[in-house]
Amino acid sequence: MKLIFEKSIDSRTGFKLPECDVDIKFNLSEKYLRKSQAELPEVSELDVVRHFSELAKRNFSVDSNFYPLGSCTMKYNPKFTERVANFEGFTDLHGLLPQVLGASMLCQGALQVVYDVQKLLCEITGMKAFTTQPLAGAHGELTGAMLIAAYHKDKKHKRKYVIVPDSSHGTNPASAAIAGYEIITVPTDKTGCMDFEEFKSKLNENVAAVMLTCPNTLGIFNFRIKDICDEAHKVDALVYYDGANLNAILGKARPGDIGFDIVHINLHKTFATPHGGGGPGAGPVGVSEKLVGYLPIPRVVKRSDATYALSYNRSKSLGYMAAFFGNFSVILKTYAYIMMLGKDGLTEVSETAVLNANYLKEKLKKYFQLDYDRICMHEFVISAVSQLKNNIHAIDIAKYLIDKGIHPPTVYFPLIVKEAMMVEPTETESKQTLDEFIDVMVEIAELAEHNPQALKDAPVTTCVGRLDEAKAARDLNLRWQK
Amino acid sequence: MNFIPHTDKERREMCKAIGVSSIDELFKDITPDLKAKSFELPNGKSEFEVMRFFKGLANKNNVSLTSFLGAGFYDHYIPSAVESLSSKPEFYTAYTPYQPECSQGWLQSIFEFQTAICELTSLDVANASLYDGGTALYEAAMMAIRITGRKKIIVDSGVNLLYRSMLYTYTTNLEIEFKETPVVHGQSSRKDISSVIDKDTAAIILQNPNFFGAIDDHSDIVKKAHELGVLVIQSVYPVALGLIKPPGEMDVDIATGEGQSLGLNLNFGGPYLGFMAAKKQYMRKMPGRIVGETVDKQNKRGFVLTLQTREQHIRREKATSNICSNEALCALRAVIYLSLLGKHGFKELALLNHKKAEFAKGLFDKIKGVEVKKNSPTFNEFTLMLPKRADEIVCKLIEKGFICGFPLGRFYKGLDNYLLVSVTEKRSKEEIAKLADTLEAAL
Repeated sequence: MKLIFEKSIDSRTGFKLPECDVDIKFNLSEKYLRKSQAELPEVSELDVVRHFSELAKRNFSVDSNFYPLGSCTMKYNPKFTERVANFEGFTDLHGLLPQVLGASMLCQGALQVVYDVQKLLCEITGMKAFTTQPLAGAHGELTGAMLIAAYHKDKKHKRKYVIVPDSSHGTNPASAAIAGYEIITVPTDKTGCMDFEEFKSKLNENVAAVMLTCPNTLGIFNFRIKDICDEAHKVDALVYYDGANLNAILGKARPGDIGFDIVHINLHKTFATPHGGGGPGAGPVGVSEKLVGYLPIPRVVKRSDATYALSYNRSKSLGYMAAFFGNFSVILKTYAYIMMLGKDGLTEVSETAVLNANYLKEKLKKYFQLDYDRICMHEFVISAVSQLKNNIHAIDIAKYLIDKGIHPPTVYFPLIVKEAMMVEPTETESKQTLDEFIDVMVEIAELAEHNPQALKDAPVTTCVGRLDEAKAARDLNLRWQK
Repeated sequence: MNFIPHTDKERREMCKAIGVSSIDELFKDITPDLKAKSFELPNGKSEFEVMRFFKGLANKNNVSLTSFLGAGFYDHYIPSAVESLSSKPEFYTAYTPYQPECSQGWLQSIFEFQTAICELTSLDVANASLYDGGTALYEAAMMAIRITGRKKIIVDSGVNLLYRSMLYTYTTNLEIEFKETPVVHGQSSRKDISSVIDKDTAAIILQNPNFFGAIDDHSDIVKKAHELGVLVIQSVYPVALGLIKPPGEMDVDIATGEGQSLGLNLNFGGPYLGFMAAKKQYMRKMPGRIVGETVDKQNKRGFVLTLQTREQHIRREKATSNICSNEALCALRAVIYLSLLGKHGFKELALLNHKKAEFAKGLFDKIKGVEVKKNSPTFNEFTLMLPKRADEIVCKLIEKGFICGFPLGRFYKGLDNYLLVSVTEKRSKEEIAKLADTLEAAL
């Protein structure tokens, strides 16, 4: 298929601008002007519509496909939240309004959204206060790492290290590293949890924090989680909760009750906002009592006359993490989702997510190796190692699933499981969809034994076959040129 | 309902298949001492009730005023096709294109976005998006540090204060030395930059047009910087690039910017779109997702995420950045917007913005006691000096139906009487004239 740039016809236009109603002589000096014109496409509106409509058909999406991409919580995104986010009273608001004298009265509804969502997230996670500023999960982690640094600096501690388990998301060590920390990685034990003794041996007064996902990326809830928090607190290290897997524990456990000091939540995962091909997400961060003073400015506060305003006057605050209040429309959709589901609905979300994952795991473990065979939470990791003898890898299984209209699980992650396939069905998938997936996976296991070539050839139903990724990285071509 | 399809019968069947008697048994790892101590949320509501509540909240916001507020985030018209196409669920409800064969729609769109950003900035390569203009600028600073191995950065104070604040927050623990240089007569001070630049400097960060609206040609600064092995980062307003000299034509090394003006609603501050473009030689040091062209076995063109060995899911703590989710959907809106406007429309748009702002400057200049700062040319935003505090004037004009601009005293000490006014293509001659009259009456 051609690129939109390749569909260009000299002098064709796709949009009508308002006529210029002012009579002004143009007199900007040449030296400030661009010499070459930007080669944007010259196409009609219909050209653009057909082009992107055709491109849309070339994507798998939750609306069209089962999408059990582990760690990404690809649940159904309800339509009503889109309508809420598209009210003009929200879309047309400038983010600087509350910074301008007298203008915060123009955005009371929006400030209330931020304020209310912070309160709701506190109750959901058991934390003392939240900031909605972080723009994605990893941005929340960076905010968390900054909070950790601010805390120790204030305490005059010199701390150099952050501990992560080897099963962690790659963002955890990356976020801590860019905030200035060195990383200590602790291996996973036989039960699928961070090795507790190993962890204790690494813990000392040079450690600033430990970052954990619970349940972890193997889908396992660490039953010693409280002990980990307690041990860390003994040396005044902080404990960070990566909320990427929060969908497993709504109403069941709260990081704040367990002893975590900092939490980030991926709103786009647990609270059902669309993932938009890789974003926008949102990664609000919650903290325990002792860290409230370090949260980013400005804070949204409710005044005694029940109006909302911004507060900057926080001497210990780490400063601005974002220009405004985070990805506001994502926050708004989250609010609408929480309101519709309510207390019982959210609890049912986690119960069903866990039920669906365990159902799949039990059915699939007869056909694919399961390194950690125990009750899982919202996701689990199987492996293609049993299929390796026929030269079938996780990637071959992934490509065949595409031919069957199913988005593959996350493959080759977590790094500690060989030929990993990380499956997260989510609560919105029906038993029928799960059964169809099981049937396809059983078929794959049989093909691996009797006709492995069929898997090697996949996919055959897509607009392109398997792509040469090595060539892409070798002969880098990152843009179209005339 | 709660978007969960299961019947009680199905739940029982599934529990039986798992070998447990109830769902509760699946949560046995959450022992009593780990259980939630509270979960006091309101009960769920129907869609109708939720809609009524949010309609009420939306109505508590007032978006009926005529706005001349910009300050880095602009009120441009968004063609209907942008919303219509970008909200297609096949785009909207997909995720990062890890599996290229079933994500060609996304990958090709991002490749087109990267191309459009390269065209706007006149630079060689662009990434698939960053969170916003501020984070993009921070990522560029970190990239310059990686490239040069130096740890000092010069920041022009004409760079948006919010971005500067973010930059300083993020680097608190990294022992990076920042030197801020002043804006003199509206423009980057060459003299001050010369006095602080040296061979330990990694980069100079500039903004064009700067926060006061002034356009500059930074070519001389770039030349000087390159003599000392210093990189130049320029934060740009993309709509202005339809008219003004792009970073590439000044030999700038890395360009970043806020893409909100390319088809994104103001949305009370987000989601927005950070973009980054750079010279080819720095491509492997860039943060974020990057899409590249390749072929399948039949030699058919296709697109994939490439240079992934820079990224956190593979490199962990040694990655070039921690970014995972970006702002893909916003990038899609931007490339649709730019395609609709097209080569000529985009230039026309920039010209229209500029002319309307020039017209406004002419009217304001005639108001007694108001001085339009004229020491630098401007694009669609400019600075007024008022005889009174600007924040009080803004407050007064809100009652008359205008958000007349941004009071600069909010961000700059000593500029309490200065007002930053932006004029986009949405403002008519009548609205501008009415603002001038209202302002005059309010003084």
